[in-house]
Amino acid sequence: MLKGRAFKFGDNIATDHIIPGRFAHLRSNLSELAKHVMEDAAPTFAARVKPGDFVVAGTNFGLGSSREHAPLVIKIAGVSAILAKSVARIFFRNAINLGLPVLLCETDSINDGDELEVDLKASTIWDMTNGNQFTFSKIPEIMLRILDEGGLLPYIQKYGSFKL
Amino acid sequence: MGKTLAEKILSVKSGSEAKSGDIVIAKVDLIFVQDTTGPLSVKQFQAAGFERLANSVKAVLFLDHAAPSPGHELSNDHMLLRDFARETSSFLYDVGEGVCHQIVAESLAKPGDLIVGADSHTVTAGGLGAFACGMGSTDVAVALGLGKTWFRAPESIKVALSGRFPDGVYAKDLVLHLIGRIGVDGATYKALEFSGDAISNISIPERLTVANMAVEAGAKVGLFPADEVTRDYLSTQGRKSHYQPLFPDDDAIYEQTINISLAELQPTVAKPHTVDNIALARELKGTKIHQVFIGTCTNGRLDDLAVAARILKRKKIHPETRLVIAPASRGVLMAAMGAGYIQTLLEAGAIILPPGCGPCLGLHQGVLGAGEACLSTANRNFKGRMGNPEAFIYLGSPATAAATALKGEITDPREVM
Ligand code: SF4
Repeated sequence: MLKGRAFKFGDNIATDHIIPGRFAHLRSNLSELAKHVMEDAAPTFAARVKPGDFVVAGTNFGLGSSREHAPLVIKIAGVSAILAKSVARIFFRNAINLGLPVLLCETDSINDGDELEVDLKASTIWDMTNGNQFTFSKIPEIMLRILDEGGLLPYIQKYGSFKL
Repeated sequence: MGKTLAEKILSVKSGSEAKSGDIVIAKVDLIFVQDTTGPLSVKQFQAAGFERLANSVKAVLFLDHAAPSPGHELSNDHMLLRDFARETSSFLYDVGEGVCHQIVAESLAKPGDLIVGADSHTVTAGGLGAFACGMGSTDVAVALGLGKTWFRAPESIKVALSGRFPDGVYAKDLVLHLIGRIGVDGATYKALEFSGDAISNISIPERLTVANMAVEAGAKVGLFPADEVTRDYLSTQGRKSHYQPLFPDDDAIYEQTINISLAELQPTVAKPHTVDNIALARELKGTKIHQVFIGTCTNGRLDDLAVAARILKRKKIHPETRLVIAPASRGVLMAAMGAGYIQTLLEAGAIILPPGCGPCLGLHQGVLGAGEACLSTANRNFKGRMGNPEAFIYLGSPATAAATALKGEITDPREVM
């Protein structure tokens, strides 16, 4: 069971907002880079986020640049899962490859600061603040298996290749 | 049942009948990384325990985003990539050679190829009929080690083009118009496939511009057929043997068809801060622009510099506007010098940067000040993209860019042509 607070974002949050190109020189210094997570979407996010918290977004989260550092800094910040109405495809793969769950669901009823609990196995999200309960849609089997192993590297180390 | 271009290529490369929605494992022909995504790929490749590249793989590394390096951290990343290239005998294009996607199109991509690159604009090579798809560093690292990766065969949206571009209207106006119509997530997970009677009049550089921006509508790939125009382009590049014709089947199934008549298009601009926030250039007359940027994998090719040079010949740019130009590759720069375009642009007041990404991603070379506005020929105008979240980015064609540099405000290029 994952537990934490919701940090609410709007539609079309690009990887450029999550980790701007102007910090490209910090990409081999991840702890420094992570201090700027979400900087151009919510400048105070990095200071306020706590391990276990959730990023909750609207449509098309993570569009734009393929930079995997975007889900990586979100993960380093301790975010336990991303909840969004829809997610851009490169970002989706990247997050799963890093073992960071991306859950596709209706997010309108979740407010900034709500306490959430997520049961990944039961595909269920509870909003403890307003009492709502809802489910998230299934992700493709192959991505689920990668996520189950904790990401693409542990998956490949275990299976040696992709298994359909 | 007939196949789309995406289904055809994925079927061949996976050795199966790939229909949209199927998950397939496919062999990759070409894999590349660039200097801001490559270092993580190298680390993940090593962390996965791979010691060498898969035998079948052609791997290429590009130092283009920070070229030449603006600081010691990025210089160290460049060293890491040079070392990896040496250790794995992969090919490296060092600083000054140009933007990865331009070099892939000039020298490496072939019709029917399956290409993955650790850069979202890998889709550019779709202009040559390659299934070219952007991925993250870890996916690419694993592809380097295994020589293959998994794909979900995409549904395809057919974009049927008719007629010819009117004067002053270009491929960039077409793709901005398309994204304005379908939105920045209008093709998420899908293939955009271009067809119609206009195709035979659309040059490869123009196709590359359109395919490049497929990802701005969320698409996995943007595909053009490989036809006689492709064949002629490859032979002028000295790559005649790389040509094979490639067309979708007549009875292929598309999720939807979008019809666009080129004759009805006008110079189009994307306003801050999303690519689908479009307007006509003439509707934005009076919008003051502090910097114009011509370059990038979208519009930094020879034809683009030719259009700008034609508009700026024997003229001076507006005194309150900077014009920054980064040719997309060394080949483009040399050809533009040979044709006199660089001389013309310098005389008009332009700044010429070395081949590479230049100011496109906000790393160096032309970062905007607070409140400044830029008209750029790039593909993205997200807040902060050019290094300052308090700046404003408009996207347009090289003609619109040159006309805007001349007037100091957004200008329909037909006013000055
Ligand atoms: S020119 Fe811009 S969009 Fe193209 S690869 Fe370079 S940074 Fe990316």
